[in-house]
This record gives sequence, C-alpha cells and structure tokens, in this order.
Amino acid sequence: MSILIDANTKVITQGITGKTGQFHTRMCREYANGRNCFVAGVTPGKGGQDFEGIPIYNNVKDAKAATGATVSVIYVPPPYAAAAIDEAVDAGMDLVICITEGIPVRDMIRTRYKMQGKKTRLIGPNCPGLITPDQIKIGIMPGHIHRKGKIGIVSRSGTLTYEAVGQVTALGLGQSSAVGIGGDPVNGLKHIDVMKMFNDDPDTEAVIMIGEIGGSDEESAARWVKDHMKKPVVGFIAGVTAPPGKRMGHAGAIISGGKGTAQEKLSVMEECGIKVTRNPAEMGKLLKSAL
Amino acid sequence: MNIHEYQGKELFRKYGVATPRGFPAFSVEEAVDAAKKLGGPVWVVKAQIHAGGRGKGGGVKLARSIDEVRELATKMLGMTLVTHQTGPQGRTVRRLLVEEGADIKKELYAALVVDRVLQRVVLMASSEGGMDIEEVAAKTPEKIHKVAIDPMKGLEDAQAEDIAKKIGVPANLVPQARDLFKSLYKCFDECDCSLTEVNPLIVTGDGRVVALDAKLNFDDNALFRHPDIVAMRDLDEEDPAEVEASKFDLNYIQLDGDIGCLVNGAGLAMATMDTIKLFGGNPANFLDVGGGATTEKVTEAFKIMLRNPKLAAILVNIFGGIMKCDVIASGVVAAAKQVGLKVPLVVRLEGTNVDLGKKILADSGLPIISANDMGDAAKKVVAAAKGVAVAA
Repeated sequence: MSILIDANTKVITQGITGKTGQFHTRMCREYANGRNCFVAGVTPGKGGQDFEGIPIYNNVKDAKAATGATVSVIYVPPPYAAAAIDEAVDAGMDLVICITEGIPVRDMIRTRYKMQGKKTRLIGPNCPGLITPDQIKIGIMPGHIHRKGKIGIVSRSGTLTYEAVGQVTALGLGQSSAVGIGGDPVNGLKHIDVMKMFNDDPDTEAVIMIGEIGGSDEESAARWVKDHMKKPVVGFIAGVTAPPGKRMGHAGAIISGGKGTAQEKLSVMEECGIKVTRNPAEMGKLLKSAL
Repeated sequence: MNIHEYQGKELFRKYGVATPRGFPAFSVEEAVDAAKKLGGPVWVVKAQIHAGGRGKGGGVKLARSIDEVRELATKMLGMTLVTHQTGPQGRTVRRLLVEEGADIKKELYAALVVDRVLQRVVLMASSEGGMDIEEVAAKTPEKIHKVAIDPMKGLEDAQAEDIAKKIGVPANLVPQARDLFKSLYKCFDECDCSLTEVNPLIVTGDGRVVALDAKLNFDDNALFRHPDIVAMRDLDEEDPAEVEASKFDLNYIQLDGDIGCLVNGAGLAMATMDTIKLFGGNPANFLDVGGGATTEKVTEAFKIMLRNPKLAAILVNIFGGIMKCDVIASGVVAAAKQVGLKVPLVVRLEGTNVDLGKKILADSGLPIISANDMGDAAKKVVAAAKGVAVAA
C-alpha cells in the first residue's frame, strides 16, 4: 500500500508539450510502472497529436473521458497554471499535482475558493510532486534515490525532501510514499492532511515531517499528531537562522509579524511528542532511533 | 516588492482612498515648491524609506513656515535614518513627501493581509492606531478585529460597516469608513498586493476618514502583469548584492556572517545556514541557485558572494536531482578558476552522478575541501572560516 497513488494510477500531464512537461514526462515514464501510468497529455490546440506515443488532447475533460485517468500533473507556466488547476477540478479529477512555481497568490485564492465542495485534492503548487517507490513517480524528484519501504515523508521543500529520502535509503530503510506539498502560502494539501493518510496507511510505519518558516501548518499537524497519530513522527524545521521579514526563496517562507518562526514550530512539535533534530544531516538517524 | 509611502498614496487616490494632499520631493527646492503649492499653515515633511518607525527615528517632522520646510528638507535629504526596521546601519534618505498638516481627532489602524489558514484576504482593523500593531496584538488582542473577504463578492457593505463600528468610527462617519475600506480592498486585489497597511487611519476634526500613511507590498509572482507597479521600484532601497543576484535569476539574501553558502533549493539552503550556525559558524548569505544552475550562474553566484569583504569561507551544498553533480562540479571548478578564489571552499555533493562530480573536483588541482554529508560539510567550513587547516 501507499498513499494517494500506486502502480495502477492513470495520469494526465497538463502542459505536456512545454520543455519542462516533456522532460519530466519522459523521466516519469521511465520510472517503475510509468509506461502504463502516463496515459495522456493536454495542450490546448494540439489535440490529436502525440508526445512520443502519449496521445494529446485539447482539454482535461476529453483526456479523462478517453483514458479513464484520475490524476493530473501540471507543468503549465505561472500565468496560466491556476486556470489549469480549475480545469482539472471541473473535469472531476481525484488528485491534481501542480509543479509550477510562481503562481500569483491572488489566482490561488480564487482557485482554492472554487475548489470548495469539490472532490478534487490538490498537491502544490510549487512542489516536487509525489512518489511511491518502485510503483510510480509523479513530479520532478530523482527516482533513483528512492527505495521501497515503510517510511512516509512529507515536506514543503524539494531538495530537503531528497535529503531525507537519501538518508532513509542510505540507512537501509525505504519510503512508502514521499510527498512534497510545496512552498507557497496558499496551497492544497497541508502537512496535517498527508499525516492523516500516512496514519491510515497500513504500510507506513513512521513519518518524517519537514517544515520551514512561515505560516502555522506544522503546528496544526503537530497538534493533530499528539491526539491521533498511532505511529512515530520525527521532524525538522528549516530556517532557524532566517531573518524576519525576508522571503527565503519560497513564497511562503517568511517570518511576518513575529509569527512563523522555526523556534516556535520546533517547540510546538516537541510539546506534541514529535522528536525533532536541529541537524538536517541526522533526520534519517533520528527516524531510525524512533522505530 | 515594496514602494514608498508617496507612491502608495498615489495608488490610494487612484482607487478613491482619501489621503492628505501632498507631493514628493527629491531636492530642497522641490520640497519648498511643494509646500508653496499646498499652502499653509502647517506642513509635514516625511522621509521616504522602505522601513517603518520613521517617526521615532526623526524622519517625520512638522513645519509651521516655508522656511522651516526648507530647513527640515535640507536636514533630512541625505541623512541616515535609523529605525527599528533598518538595522543599526540605517538608510540614506533620498526622497521626501511634503504634505498638508492634518487635524487628527482619532488614530485608527487598518490593514489587508493574506490569511494562510483561511486562504482568504483578511481586513484587520483596530482602534489602536499609530502604535506598533504587533504590540497591540500581543497585549490587547481583543482590540484587533478581523473579517475574511469572499474573493468573488469582494468586501461587503455590512462587513465593512461592522468593522468600522467596532474600531470606534463615529456613527455619522461609518459610511465614509465603509467606502474607504472597500476601495482599499479593491486596490489590494487589483494591484496584487501581499500587504496593505494604513497606520494610522485617522478621523479628522472636520469629519473625514483619511489614510495618513500607506504601506504597500506586492506579490513578486504577480509583477509580470503590473508594469506600472514595477516602474515604481526604487533600487536604492534594496541591497545591491540582492539586486545583482536577481539579474541572474539567483535567489540571494545578504546576512551578516562570514560563511558564504551556495545551495540548490530554498529549503536545503535554509537548512544549510542552520547547520553552519549549529556548528558554531555564521552564514554570510542565503543563496538558492535553483534547479537549472549553469556554469555561468554558478560563476555569478561566486562573484556576488566574494564581493562581501567579511567572507572567510564558502560552502557549496548540492543535492543533485535533475541537476547532475558532474555538471555542478564542472561549474564550481570553472567558477573558482575564473574568479581566483582566495577563501577556503568546502563542497558537499550528493545525488545523481555524485562519483563523477567528486572526481572532477579532485582532479581540478584546486584546494577544494570535500565533505561527505551536510554535518561534515558544516563542521569543515566553520573550522576553515576560523583559519584552521582542514584536509582536502
């Protein structure tokens, strides 16, 4: 088992003819069962063509009807990416993964508003995507560092997720699923949502939760963990040294009005029984000690 | 992106938000002309820098004659203004705003921010204007009122009136405050603001509700659709190293330590700074070279870091994913040779093609110190920055 996706998931790539969409569709198709998973692409105006054998449709609705896909991944440029999410939601996709970085917050507020009451779940934007090792990879993470196993990983950052994955793999453990929820202030699934799924997944034994400065999502997840989580959780928060008022790369990584500091998050996590480390080189070791 | 108060007020006026009359001035003569155009008997001369706390720092002064305006403008232009937001080095004042004096009966507070939990824009207001709002929030949170705005409907009349009443706007002026709040939201929404703050929002002796200050920040991701706002950018208010980095699409933030960091990915870049600190060092910068780092980008990144006179050592930390370690290693070697590196360089590579990358570093003939993991890298770079010899 795993969360959200497995070897049988059928995926549509929105923005499949762009440079990024092409490159990563190729990489994902080469990973594990990818050849059977990536069944369609969408680029308006290019319906009827194909990308290296993957049929292209003009819109998500047609692609879904023709292939039965339930998941879409978006590589559409920022000015049009929110509309691409809207289209996937309207088409009734179960899960939408938006890789695009740089979507205006105003657009995302409207998109999230329109998603209310809809069944679609959103991961991202500004995220690496998610992977269930040896089954399917949807996104831009390097497949080869992963190994099938029982550790769930959830993070706001891409390369820091790879760091955790690499450490877990090096220790001879592996991942059930690894999810990058993205670095934007207005996004889809939060740490808490992914944590609930890992809790319910019989094949996940423990979770590494990686956060960073800005917002209060890590705190909400930690409070939920305290009351409901049946599995060990360890964590790391990036940005102890980040100065207030400065956006640290990610649009959402900012300490504003004295809120969202790494120290505050670490304290709440510890109070809630989550073991934390201040040394990101030791996330894997800490996890192993908690098993 | 931030803009000056006078630019914010120009935007406010465009959207129908009442502000005092005023003109920007870049010279003493312009300040005097502005005062003459406004007429008297009282003027306010305000230093324009991108930082709060200007009043306490001596950057906002009252003048009762044209001569006094001249005197204040002479004193303020070119002065270094230090406030709690500028840091001890302060900021040079290059622009002024000369305004008509206001008859303040009541000082209130209003702001629009994005609430990340609600995923909505929130109007936040308080009766406690003119004060540090973070302090109000900490000491008397009941004096801060908030309402979430429906993105499709915009700020509704009833919501705006309710907030106006709660913060003590006199009953006869509630419709005026309501319209001001609605205009404020329209401005926020249409300009893709990330913050709009009016502190203080005042009630005047002659019964008007007026924005006496204007602080606006914009969503950098939305600037592509606002060339008029981009035109208001004042590079003098930004760190020169950060401006230079942005030209090469590098995410760089200057800090006050002595260990330069070059990392791929924002989260890993923050974590690298944290690890340096954990092992007793101080990061000189945040630098995310992104997923598509080329030799040119890495070279520019080295040049920018090396401009910092405090720099004692550099740590390169790369987790190669799509970005291959051998490509990064070649970039680092080329950059180090080109810029004539004079400080110790510690490199930690992991991920795709790591062995090839390490070989390129080892064969380069450069005194590059190789590290196995982030902790090892941080320990080595901290030692190197302190002048301790570290084995390559």
